[in-house]
Amino acid sequence: MNDMTPTSAERAAKLEGMGCKRKRVEDIRFTQGKGNYVDDIKLPNMLYGEFNRSPYGHAHVKKIDTAKAAAVPGVVAVLTAETLKTVNLAWMPTLAGDVQMVLADGYVLFQNQEVAFVIADSREAAADAADLVEVEYEQLPVNVDPLKAMAPNAPVIREDLKGKTEGAHGKRKHYNHIFSWQAGDKAAADAAFAKADVTIREMISYPRVHPCPLETCQCVASFDKIKGELTLYGTFQAPHVIRTVGSLISKIPEHKIHVISPDVGGGFGNKVGAYPGYICSIVASIVTGVPVKWTESRIDNLSTTAFARDFHMDMELACTKDGKLLGLRCYTIADHGAFDACANATKWPAGLFSIISGSYDIPAAHCLVDGVYTNKAPGGVAYRCSFRVTEAAYCVERAMDIMAQKLGMDPADFRMKNLIRREQFPYTSAFGWQYDSGDYQTALTKAMEAVSYRKLRDEQKQKREAFKRGETRELMGIGVIHFTEIVGAGPSRNCDILGIAMFDSAEIRIHPTGSGICRLGTKSQGQGHETTYAQIIATELGLAADSITVEEGNTDTAPYGLGTYGSRSTPVSGAATAMACRKIKAKAQMIAAYMLEVHDDDLEWDVDRFRVKGNPERFKTMTELAWAAYHEVPPGMEPGLEAVDYYDPPNFTFPFGAYICVVDVDVDTGMIKVRRFYALDDCGTRINPMIIEGQIHGGLAEAFGIAMGQEIHYDDDGNVTTASFLDYFLPTAVETPRWETDWTTTPSPHHPIGAKGVGESPNVGGVPCFSNAVNDAFAFLGSTHIQMPHDHWRVWTAAEKLGLHA
Amino acid sequence: MIPGSFNYHRPKSVQEAVGLLAKLGDDGRLLAGGHSLIPTMKLRLATPANLIDLGGIADLKGIRADGNDIVVGAMTTQHDLIASDLLASKIPILRETSAQIADPQVRYVGTLGGNVANGDPANDMPALMMCLNATFHASGKSGERKIAARGFYQGLYATALQSGEVLTAIRIPVPAAGHGYAYEKLKRKIGDFATAAAAVVLTMKGGKVNSCAIALTNVADKPLLAEEATKILIGSALDAATVKRAVAAAEAITSPAEDPRGPAQYRTKMAGVMLTRALARAKSLAKG
Ligand SMILES: Cc1cc2nc3c(=O)[nH]c(=O)nc-3n(C[C@H](O)[C@H](O)[C@H](O)COP(=O)(O)OP(=O)(O)OC[C@H]3O[C@@H](n4cnc5c(N)ncnc54)[C@H](O)[C@@H]3O)c2cc1C
Repeated sequence: MNDMTPTSAERAAKLEGMGCKRKRVEDIRFTQGKGNYVDDIKLPNMLYGEFNRSPYGHAHVKKIDTAKAAAVPGVVAVLTAETLKTVNLAWMPTLAGDVQMVLADGYVLFQNQEVAFVIADSREAAADAADLVEVEYEQLPVNVDPLKAMAPNAPVIREDLKGKTEGAHGKRKHYNHIFSWQAGDKAAADAAFAKADVTIREMISYPRVHPCPLETCQCVASFDKIKGELTLYGTFQAPHVIRTVGSLISKIPEHKIHVISPDVGGGFGNKVGAYPGYICSIVASIVTGVPVKWTESRIDNLSTTAFARDFHMDMELACTKDGKLLGLRCYTIADHGAFDACANATKWPAGLFSIISGSYDIPAAHCLVDGVYTNKAPGGVAYRCSFRVTEAAYCVERAMDIMAQKLGMDPADFRMKNLIRREQFPYTSAFGWQYDSGDYQTALTKAMEAVSYRKLRDEQKQKREAFKRGETRELMGIGVIHFTEIVGAGPSRNCDILGIAMFDSAEIRIHPTGSGICRLGTKSQGQGHETTYAQIIATELGLAADSITVEEGNTDTAPYGLGTYGSRSTPVSGAATAMACRKIKAKAQMIAAYMLEVHDDDLEWDVDRFRVKGNPERFKTMTELAWAAYHEVPPGMEPGLEAVDYYDPPNFTFPFGAYICVVDVDVDTGMIKVRRFYALDDCGTRINPMIIEGQIHGGLAEAFGIAMGQEIHYDDDGNVTTASFLDYFLPTAVETPRWETDWTTTPSPHHPIGAKGVGESPNVGGVPCFSNAVNDAFAFLGSTHIQMPHDHWRVWTAAEKLGLHA
Repeated sequence: MIPGSFNYHRPKSVQEAVGLLAKLGDDGRLLAGGHSLIPTMKLRLATPANLIDLGGIADLKGIRADGNDIVVGAMTTQHDLIASDLLASKIPILRETSAQIADPQVRYVGTLGGNVANGDPANDMPALMMCLNATFHASGKSGERKIAARGFYQGLYATALQSGEVLTAIRIPVPAAGHGYAYEKLKRKIGDFATAAAAVVLTMKGGKVNSCAIALTNVADKPLLAEEATKILIGSALDAATVKRAVAAAEAITSPAEDPRGPAQYRTKMAGVMLTRALARAKSLAKG
C-alpha cells in the first residue's frame, strides 16, 4: 500500500452510510415541483367522482332523488347505497372488525357522511351535480359526547347492531358499546392503592385531533374489463394491505389487483385505512369501464377520514409518602365515532395503550378501555404514534406532574426517583411489555443540565413572587417529561392485521457493476426512506449509498409488507434490509474466497471489501464481487447477487427521550410564548442525524399544534365546527417555536443494526411537555389539571377560574 | 371546494363596470383581489353568475395626497399600503394594521376597497376606517356619492353601498401631527382573523387627551365605534381608573358571537384588553 491508498475511514466516509448526514435524495424532485403524486396521475378518458354528503349528524334517509344530478351535462352516473347493494358493497368491513357504510344506507350517522357518489367528465361537473342530489332526511337525536354514550337513554347510534350482544372483541355492555379491553393485574393494582400513602386521580382527556397531512386522501381506480384487472393508484401508507383488503372485499383475485402508491404528501396515520372514496371509485371504474379519480377536499379530510385520539382517561397513581410509585389504574372511554374503523393491530382494540406505565418502575398496574359509538366521523388512527401510545404517554406524564405536586416534590426529581434504572433492562413492565434497552437517568440528567433546570426553577420562583406582588401579569411554566415509546409493530406473536402478521420486508438486487436496487414493503410519505435505507445498505455492503435505488409503493414489484406507520419502517423493514444485506454478503464472501483461493474463514470484512486476514493487500471489493457474481461464481453456486428478507421482529423497540419546555403565560389574554423547547431523543443507532433532526422538528411542530390549539369540535347538534383551516388550528412557521435538539444513543439489543425508530417520538413526547409547561405555570395556585388544547380562551378561562382577573 | 360556473368580465373603466353591474343586476358581482369572495365561492356560499373583475381599471389604483387628505384607490393592495412612504409618514396606523392582515400572499392581492366593501366584521380595515373617519367614494348609474365610513356598516355583510355601485376610492383625513396610534389585534396565528382588535388614534395636549377615536374589530356583527369610551377619555391623563371606565364602556357595546376563537364573554374581555394596550401604546407615541 502506498500513501495514496485511502484509509478505511476515508473509504467508509465516501459510502455515506449509517451516521452520515446525507442529503435527502428525494428532495431533488420535491423541491423542484417534480414529485409524482396521485393528483399528477391523469389517465386517458379519466372521470371524476365527488360525494354528496350529509348535512346532519344523525338522520334517517327517507329518499334519495338523483334525477337532477344525473341530468347535469357531463355526468355519467350517480351511485347510491342501492346501486352498491347490487355488488354487495353498500357496507365494507373495517380493520377493527366492524362494518362501515360506504354510502348512506337508510341512515346517516355523522355530519359529512358519504351519501351519493357522482361520476362526471370533470371535477366541476361532478361538484355541480353532487350539490343537486336531493335527499329527504328525518333528523334523529344526536350524541357527540363519549361520556354520555352508555347512558340508559342515549340515542341509538347503530341500528344495524340492534340486539347484537357480542362485538369483535367480546361482550357489549350497551347498544353504543364497541369493546372492553384490559391489561395488567387489577387485584395487584387495587392492593397497591390500598397500602399507598398518597394517591391522585384525575380525568385526563386527549381531545379529538386530526393528522392533517398536506396532501389529502385521493385515488385513481382503473379497471380493465378485458383482463379483469384493477389498477389502483392511491395515497396509501400500506399498499399491500389495501391490495389484500381490496381483494377480500371486491372478490377480484389478488394477483389481478395492482396497487400503486406514488409520492405521498404526508400521512401521519390518516392514510392507513380504507375509505368509501376508494370503494366508490373502484365500483365506478368497473361500472363505466374507464379510470375514475377521487380527490378529497380539505373539509372532507378534516371531517371524514381518520381522526385521532378522543381518549378520556380516568387516571390514578399511588405512591409512598417519600415518592416511590406503587401502582397505576386507568379507566378510559374511547370515542371511535359512528363505525369502529380504527387502524390498529387487529387483536388490540386499544392499541398498545398499556405502555401507559411509561418510563417508570411501577410494580402494579391495570387499565381498562371501553370503546363507544357516537355521531362523529369514524377513525381513531395512530396519528404519528404507535397505536394509542400518544394517549398513554400524555396521560402518564400529566399524572406524574399531578402526583409530584401533591407530594410537594419537584416533577423532575420525582421522575428521576421512579425511572426504570439502566441495570433493570431488559425490563418487564407490570403490563407485560419487555422494554429492550434504556438509560433514562442519563437522558434526563443531560436534559436538565442543558437547560440549567435548577436555575429555571429559581427564576420561576422569583417570577411567581413578582406576580403575587402585581409587578407582572406573566406566569412562567416549566414542562419536563420523560417518555418511552413502543414502536416497530411488530412481533407476529403480538400483532396482525386481519390475520396477516406484521412483519416487513426488503428485497435487494446488486447489479453486475456494483450498483443495486432495494424494494421494500414500507412506503415513505416524506420520511426520506430513499435516503436512509440506502445508507443501511451502504454500511452493510460497502457500496456507496448513491449507487442504491430504493423503491417502494408498487405491489407488483415490492415484496409484501404491512406499510409505514407506527414508527415501524426502521425497526422492521430497516432490519429486513440489514438481514438481506447479510445474506448477500455471505454469498459475496464465498465468491471472494474462491477468487482469492483461501478458505471463507480466512477472510475478514473491511468497510467495502473482503481481505485476507493478515494480508490486507489481498482483497476483493464488493464492486468486484458483484461483477464476479455474474460471471465467475464458484462451481455449483447460482449466479447473481440478490436476497430477500421477511423480518418478523423478536420484540418491539422502545425509543425514549427527555424533553423540557419553558413558557410564559399572559394571564390577561391566555396567550402563551414558548421561550425554550429542548428535546433529547434516544432512538438507538442513528442512521441519518439530519433526517432525525428533521423528523423531530416536524413532530414537535405537530405537538405544538395539538397542545396549543387543536380540537376537532362538534356542537350538540352534531355539526363539526372545525372542518377548515379557518377554524382548525394549524400553526405556521411564525408561531412554531425554535427547537433545541439533542441525543443519547442506546442501541436496541435485538435489532440487527440497533436502530429503534424516531419519527413519532416528538409527537408523543412533545404534547405532554407543552401541556405540563402550561399546567406548571398555574400549579402554584392549586390548579392540578387544565384540559388541552391550551388555546387562548381556555387558558384565559383557567386564569379566570383561579380569580386572576379580579 | 369547487366553485359553481360563472362568466368573467374585465371592464377597462369604472363607467364600463357600472354599466355591466346595471345590466347584470343581482347576477353580477364585483371581483377585487378575490381573497374574501373566492373562498366563499369555493364553499358555494356565493354563486354569482357573473364576475366583474376590477383588476383592469388603472384609475382604481394608487395612493395620493389631496390637501389634508390622503386618497387611496379601491384596488390598491394591502401590500401597497405597507410599501407606501407617504402612508408611513402620514398615517402610520394604516401600515401597522395592514401588516397584521393575513399573510404576505393574501396582502399581495387583497385590496383596501375589497376589504372595506366586503362588510365582514372580522376584517381589520373597516374598524380602522371608522377610527380614522374615512369617507368612501362610490360610483353608480346615478353618479357619484360619498359615504362616511362611520355610517357605512349596517350588519353582517350589509353596508350602505347600493347594488349597482362601485366603491372607487377611500379618502382619509391625515391625523394631526404628533398623534399617537395603535392597532392591537389578538389572533391565534398568522392568517387568522381577530379574536378581538382595537384601533386607537389620539392626540395629547399638556398631558391630557385632546382628541381620541376608538374602533373595535370582530366583536359584533359590524365594526364598532366606541363613542362613549372616547367621551370618558377626553380630558383625562389616561390614568388607570379612567381607562378602566372607558374600557368597560367599550366592552358594553360589544356583542360577539361564539366561535372556535372563544366564547362571547372571552371575546368581549379581549376587546377590553386590546383597547387597554392600544391606549397605552398610543399614549407613549403621542407628542404633547
Ligand atoms: C387566509 C386569509 C386570511 C385573511 N385574514 C384577514 C385578516 O386577518 N384581516 C382582514 O382584514 N382580512 C383578511 N383576509 C381577507 C383579505 O384581506 C381580503 O383580501 C379582503 O377582505 C377582501 O379584499 P379583496 O380585494 O380580496 O376583495 P374580494 O374578495 O374580491 O371582494 C370582497 C367583496 O367586496 C366586493 N368588492 C370588492 N371590491 C369592491 C369595490 N371596489 N366596490 C364594491 N364592492 C367591492 C366584492 O364583490 C366582494 O363581495 C384574509 C383572507 C384570507 C384568504
